Amino acid sequence: MSEHAMNFMPSEGFRARSKEVVENPFLRQSFRGAMDFLINKRITQFPSAEELETLRTLGEQIRQYNLGKLPTLLVQLEESLTRNGIQVHWAETPDEANAIILGICQKHSAKLMVKGKSMVSEEIELNHACEAAGIEAMESDMGEYIVQLAGEKPSHIIMPAIHKTKEEIARLFHEKVEGVDYTDNVDELIQIGRKVLREKFLVADIGLSGVNFAVAETGTLCLVENEGNGRLSTTAPPVHIAITGIEKIVEKLDHVPPLLSLLTRSATGQNISTYFNMISGPRKADEKDGPTEVHLVLLDNGRTQAYADEQLRKTLQCIRCGACMNHCPVYTRIGGHAYGTTYPGPIGKIISPHMLGLDATKTMATASTLCGACGEVCPVKIPIPDLLMRLREESFSEPHVAWAMVYRSPSLYKVATWLGSRFNWLTPSNQGPWTSVRTPLKPAPKRLRDLLKERA
Amino acid sequence: MQTQGNAGQRPSDIYFFATCVVDQFFPGAGLDAITLLEREGIRVHFPEEQTCCGQPAYTSGFPDEARKVAAHQLTLFPENWPVVVPSGSCAGMMKHHYPTLFADDPVRKAQAEALSVRIYEFTDFLVNVLGFQSEDKGADCTVVLHTSCSARREMGVHLTGRQLLSNLKGVKVAQQDHESECCGFGGTFSIKQPEISGAMVEDKVKSLKATGAERVVSADCGCLMNILGHAAWKDKQEGRQTPSLPGEHIASFLLRRTSK
Repeated sequence: MSEHAMNFMPSEGFRARSKEVVENPFLRQSFRGAMDFLINKRITQFPSAEELETLRTLGEQIRQYNLGKLPTLLVQLEESLTRNGIQVHWAETPDEANAIILGICQKHSAKLMVKGKSMVSEEIELNHACEAAGIEAMESDMGEYIVQLAGEKPSHIIMPAIHKTKEEIARLFHEKVEGVDYTDNVDELIQIGRKVLREKFLVADIGLSGVNFAVAETGTLCLVENEGNGRLSTTAPPVHIAITGIEKIVEKLDHVPPLLSLLTRSATGQNISTYFNMISGPRKADEKDGPTEVHLVLLDNGRTQAYADEQLRKTLQCIRCGACMNHCPVYTRIGGHAYGTTYPGPIGKIISPHMLGLDATKTMATASTLCGACGEVCPVKIPIPDLLMRLREESFSEPHVAWAMVYRSPSLYKVATWLGSRFNWLTPSNQGPWTSVRTPLKPAPKRLRDLLKERA
Repeated sequence: MQTQGNAGQRPSDIYFFATCVVDQFFPGAGLDAITLLEREGIRVHFPEEQTCCGQPAYTSGFPDEARKVAAHQLTLFPENWPVVVPSGSCAGMMKHHYPTLFADDPVRKAQAEALSVRIYEFTDFLVNVLGFQSEDKGADCTVVLHTSCSARREMGVHLTGRQLLSNLKGVKVAQQDHESECCGFGGTFSIKQPEISGAMVEDKVKSLKATGAERVVSADCGCLMNILGHAAWKDKQEGRQTPSLPGEHIASFLLRRTSK
């Protein structure tokens, strides 16, 4: 079994990583520009605040309804998929998921896997597992392809290469793709990637994809994408393996359109994605194309832990649109890599503790002003700031006894603040992190209560 | 708009919860807010025993400590009068988080809920309860308004500050880019993540200055500490003697503009 990243500590080095980005004016400007672009695109998709609110409420209700029935729906999904000829596998951990996928690959003596975009495959570090097993795993989403060529990880769940400029991509293609001259013409770059990838689809042994919605009643796997690589990955190779978290389930097809609309409009500001795939089984006897085998791997990886708690369960409502990242002033300043987790940004802060443990992720919970921008745009109304506070509560154990003593006791408060104001000239000029970019905080010589007394 | 409770009715008496930041760091803003309210013919009561709403502990992940501090504030407002708070952030804590904080304590929960409906953010109270109108007596000027995230998203009172300023005929309210973005204060965030907080306040100050406004006003002193603190630090770094971005609480600005 390959080593995956589940043992790493994203909290360690978080400040150092964010500092590095923050101090790079070029990156700062580039993230800001990219996020502004996405924010503005989303706004044009929701001209009516009222319609948006109605749709968000519906989205929230659909997700909560389905999570409420999750155990039953998972059983139903397995039955429906099996009936449709899709083989269902259950994985509790990333290791188990990788073992299942590699097992299928080995059964087919697979050498090449072509991948549609899947964040769950990033979560389990499938590419490393494949590499260790001697299987070439090739990303076919343009952004994923770019970060794979660069030996990096996605920095955004929807736009994996948003941290890269076209010049960087031009250099990368020139260096890593055989016979490619330097060009920073975006259309040409896309054609270069497209040409490489098209050939791979034809010869790949395995196609791997994620899932946006798994419909329990009909046994349908829905896949949202823009590049057609999702359709090719799931139809051209002889074997299709889909992987998803257990929370992506809905009971009925009826539940899909509102969620799909919220997803594409919130994520990329598109009314609808270019492709919407509904996969309901392998090639039938009378059909000319499509994979002969379809598998679904259902991954837990900490999701049942979140599920067990009524408040934390809301984390699982997420439909992975990335709007919380685009609107987050912290993500905008530091980008996705600084987080050190598969899922960055506000959603990453609340989902990662379930996957990696609280200890490994507790610094991330502090990296928020609780400004509420994420909760405001979340298409399924996940109360992200409340969940962050809950995680802070669980992460920190050393109580602020002295602070509470002063502020719960009017007499101590009066003494402490009187001393502060009377001796305000003693206020230190170096107040640690505060004064690194600000003048020192100094209590006023007289408190409001003193001014009121004088006035009377 | 938060207009439940005594909405529309002009109360004869109110409580003023100053917040610990105003009491210690911006006492002038508190005094100006009280003076304005009194000028409207309202008796303002300042419970001497008030300390802090408890938010610093609450948002840092210490609900027990926050509860101890909040429980003390619950006892300070016995009469059924509105409680006016010159901060969207602290008002949000008292209005929206006290009931959650005491969810497991039936007696205090009832007290917290009874208090919640009486909590008003200062600008909301002026506009929606008092229908504040006062003649502008100042010279023409341009200001820029920063609205705190709590006022905007938790209290839903992001329009009242602008409304108060636009009613002043000599005052032009400039529009900064990324207006709704957080200034980067976030309480303990500014200490725990100083690099990110520093980048946020740097961008905020730049966008405020870029409007060319003479000053920034805000109804939240937490944001002002951060914004003005950074602007002053930058002035010092660059050797400026006069502040490039002066600022004050909206209460002080309103009082000065409408006084002789």
